[in-house]
Amino acid sequence: MRSKFDEQLAELNNQMTKMGIMIEDSIAKAVTAMSKKDEELAKNVMEGDSEIDHAQKKIESICFNLLIQQQPVAKDLRTITAAMKMVTDMERIGDHAADISEMTIFMGNGEREADFSHINKMASETVLMLHWSIEAYVEKDMEKAKAVIAHDDIVDRLFDEAKKDIIALILKNPKDGEEATDLLMVAKYFERIGDHATNIAEWVIYSLQTSACKE
Amino acid sequence: METKTKISVENLNLYYGENHALKDVNMDICANAITAFIGPSGCGKSTFLKTLNRMNDLVENVRIDGRVCLDGDDIYDSGMDTTLLRKRVGMVFQQPNPFPMSIYDNIAYGPRVHGIKSKAKLDEIVEESLRGAAIFDEVKDRLKKSALGLSGGQQQRICIARALAVQPEVILMDEPTSALDPISTSKIEELMEQLKKQYTVIVVTHNMQQAVRVSDYTAFFLVGEMVEFGKTKDIFSYPQDKRTEDYITGRFG
Repeated sequence: MRSKFDEQLAELNNQMTKMGIMIEDSIAKAVTAMSKKDEELAKNVMEGDSEIDHAQKKIESICFNLLIQQQPVAKDLRTITAAMKMVTDMERIGDHAADISEMTIFMGNGEREADFSHINKMASETVLMLHWSIEAYVEKDMEKAKAVIAHDDIVDRLFDEAKKDIIALILKNPKDGEEATDLLMVAKYFERIGDHATNIAEWVIYSLQTSACKE
Repeated sequence: METKTKISVENLNLYYGENHALKDVNMDICANAITAFIGPSGCGKSTFLKTLNRMNDLVENVRIDGRVCLDGDDIYDSGMDTTLLRKRVGMVFQQPNPFPMSIYDNIAYGPRVHGIKSKAKLDEIVEESLRGAAIFDEVKDRLKKSALGLSGGQQQRICIARALAVQPEVILMDEPTSALDPISTSKIEELMEQLKKQYTVIVVTHNMQQAVRVSDYTAFFLVGEMVEFGKTKDIFSYPQDKRTEDYITGRFG
């Protein structure tokens, strides 16, 4: 019974995982390109964004087919609705990785005075959040989804630290003001990536809950 | 929304000989709402439907205990007039079953049985009932022709009109659209939406999408047990019993 339905749901999970890996890869590359002034790599990230967009469309199409063919209810319906909402946030994370890469190209390959340690940390923490949130979806793990949401505080704190670094950079050498403001935007992109990962985790919780939230 | 209980079922058990077909069913059915009964074949939903106007009295070897109260009065009370009960609680079946007579006589049959003789009064009831069943315009020029010449969907609406003609309070429908095409089905479903303004509608359906579309409340039955009963929206979004979830999502054991 319902073996085709289960196959389609498995395929949905599969594609969600794939898209997740693409985005994680994109973020990791974006931050490496920035700290190593690797313009080629930055371009590679920007070009890769269309593949992420394509993955989103593919998942949406799987979801539409499931809705039409299976007319799902209850948990099945929430699983599919959640996927459709999650891919929007996932796609936005991809956009931010491309935005960061655009900044890298814009900043060129001049000397960088800034301390990248907090921004690097923001990158690794947000990758972790994204990874957990999609794992939570596939593994139907409520606790993992909650952990993602809690983890956003760490990213917010890192953003504050990065901001302090940037202010220090400006105070130390006002000529570095332009680099500093660019970096502030990069830090903000990572902070937004954390928010999108939080949204993804909230949709995972929605898909797993067993009673309606009190309105 | 203010809700009023029309039928209250308490500890209802039904046995066909040794077979315990309904097990301790408790349910309050809301007035002016559509309540759907779902469940696999043999789960007892049609049997339960028939207990609501004592159609099971006609089956041999049936034993029933518990109470079914219509507006507070137990319909299994020895003083209950079953003809009057079935006038108050009408029924529409799976296969349209118009009598082999004219459309007019089909509708006038019940009122005549209940003693109405005036031609003018009968004309009025026939028109009102056919309008109530959303079929008047389709048959107004052929009232004297046989009801058997109509399409399945039209026949089913004639049967609904026939049920309405005796001014019931509750309408029981046993898979009323399972023999109909999607267009006729959609007409009947729209009609049900109209009917609930005036009547209490209870429908047995194998079509879960239909239950989702038309009903306000849903009860899920499994091997004689009423597993879960609640607002349709809740049952189909957050079923509380695993057996309900398994059934509505197509995980049949």
